[in-house]
Amino acid sequence: MITVLNIIITGLIMGGIYALISMGLSLQYGVAKILNVSHGEFIMIAAMLTWVFVGLGIHPLLALVLCCPFTFCVGFLLHITIFRWLNINSGTAAAYESNAMLLCFGLYFIFSNIAMQIWGSNPVGFQFMEKSVNLGGAIIAVNKIIVLIIALAVSILFYLFLSHSRLGKSIRAASQDPVAAGMLGMNIKKIMAICFGIGAVLAGIAGTLISMYSQVNTGMGMGYTMIALIVVVLGGMGSIPGSMIGGMILGFVGSIFGYIEPSLSMVAYYLIILVLLLVKPKGLMGR
Amino acid sequence: MNRSNGGGSRIGQYIIPIIIIAVLFGLSFLTRTGTSMRPSYIVVLFVSILNYIVLAVSWNIFSGPSGYIALSTAAFFGLGIYVSALFGESLPLPVLMILAGAISFVIAAIIGVITLRLRGVYFTIFTFGLVLLLQYLILWYEVKFNNLRGRTVASVPYNTVFLSLLVLVGIVLLAAYFVRKSRFGMALSGIGECEDAAAHVGVNTTMVKVIAFAATSFAIGAAGAAKATTMIYIDPPIAFNVMMSFMPVLMVIFGGAGTFLGPIIGAIAFTILQEQLTTKWPKWYMIIFGTVMIISIVFLPKGLVGTIGEMKSMQKKIALLGITAGFMLIGFGFTQILEAAGVSIGGLVFPLLFGIAGFVIFANVFKRHKGKEAA
Repeated sequence: MITVLNIIITGLIMGGIYALISMGLSLQYGVAKILNVSHGEFIMIAAMLTWVFVGLGIHPLLALVLCCPFTFCVGFLLHITIFRWLNINSGTAAAYESNAMLLCFGLYFIFSNIAMQIWGSNPVGFQFMEKSVNLGGAIIAVNKIIVLIIALAVSILFYLFLSHSRLGKSIRAASQDPVAAGMLGMNIKKIMAICFGIGAVLAGIAGTLISMYSQVNTGMGMGYTMIALIVVVLGGMGSIPGSMIGGMILGFVGSIFGYIEPSLSMVAYYLIILVLLLVKPKGLMGR
Repeated sequence: MNRSNGGGSRIGQYIIPIIIIAVLFGLSFLTRTGTSMRPSYIVVLFVSILNYIVLAVSWNIFSGPSGYIALSTAAFFGLGIYVSALFGESLPLPVLMILAGAISFVIAAIIGVITLRLRGVYFTIFTFGLVLLLQYLILWYEVKFNNLRGRTVASVPYNTVFLSLLVLVGIVLLAAYFVRKSRFGMALSGIGECEDAAAHVGVNTTMVKVIAFAATSFAIGAAGAAKATTMIYIDPPIAFNVMMSFMPVLMVIFGGAGTFLGPIIGAIAFTILQEQLTTKWPKWYMIIFGTVMIISIVFLPKGLVGTIGEMKSMQKKIALLGITAGFMLIGFGFTQILEAAGVSIGGLVFPLLFGIAGFVIFANVFKRHKGKEAA
């Protein structure tokens, strides 16, 4: 019984993080049409920066706030420079989509290797609320509970932002029909750049949260990118609620496999996707 | 679509294949430069170059015209490596290569049937996931049931590997040349231009895609089996190295996707760059790789061969090639100055990088100039 409770709580925490990561990727793909395979590198950079900030004596929660504008600027600037040039140079929308994905692979090589030059490849970590509490028999560290609360709060805030705010509504309009949205006077290019930036921020928040409860290293990015890609396929490309549900499902699967056979969890994720593609090719919430 | 390429007459279309066979036959005499125990450096370098030519040209046969970006090269390459590791003691190299190819063919066909029905980026994600899936699965199996992490591979003399790869390159190049002109190649490029239209005129699109994907995976698996025999020790992260998926893509995009010569030029340039940088400047290699990849995607979307092919006037083509050669000479001089100053770096790194820079800059300058003329 206690094992089951442990699996559920671990699944919730992993699911929260996965949902956060995949919502960012889903937004970047759904609106800006960029399948950002360097997404995990934003997670890694934020996690490493948090570790640097903590080393300077800054509280981790303040580091979370500091990392947001930084990752936003990196994402925004990348979009208004190289992705804009790429858009001009590649003729069709389909060509732009596949070229943008390949370009992100180039970014992945650059980011991960520069980070490795600066910080080395050894795992690093810091102490943050390591005390544990007893939740009905399951022993859980306080930092994990804080991480779960922040992840859920950010996810809900982000969803409310998309559904209620003026900018959120223009983002949704741009994702449904960019041409018509542009005719109605929206600055589509700016909205796309902002979306890419917001996606980077969500990855950055996830990175800081991950560094709060576990050790991080400069090679961690690709694993999270793969998980985000799987979640986005699972939930349906470009669907934000789909990413949340898919993230939770993957979190629970990962948590269950963590108890049975940890090294097989990646294999399990992949098999889920294979089965899903055979049954429902557009994903759970796909249009 | 390029029916006119390479001459229209029946005899004309056999000129290029004959040149290919003659060049490869000439290269086979390189084995004389070293003994079977101590191969010369040129043979060792050519094993790498030929290996990448197989990967790049095979990738280009399917992904170039069809536009479906496959990132599964490392998966089938790794399968080939493991076939060599498991059966290398008992079977001769050609049999190993055919076996590895057959296994890759079957797995690629299964993956293709499942994922190639879908449009868009699903296929790319899946083929990339396949690399990681096989890596984790084999690592888990080896640790759990065989209680080992890596394996040693029975080594084969370099000259034998070189000759086997030479034959494989010949087959792949001839296949690439004839597929471009066949109905099958037309169907593939039709899928790339407009899949619905291709389906409407009676092309069985899924079948064409699956056959092309599986057949090119055969060559990739065979190349893996051959290259493995020079590796001595392998484990899943080495065998299923994701770089092997990206190198062919970069080589093809840099050289020119969908062209015949592009992948070969890209493979030769980047293999030399890789060999020299990984021995002298291993830390910078990946950063340079990523930078060149981004620059060639953004500023050279048609690749070297495609950019030259697009230019109308002969003078501009010659000028561009001349400028590139000039930049390479400057790079060569720069290397000499650095050597005199005591900095040691592979002799061809700066000539290649300078040449790439010169080509990219002036290709864009010429294009802009042409645009102004039109306006």
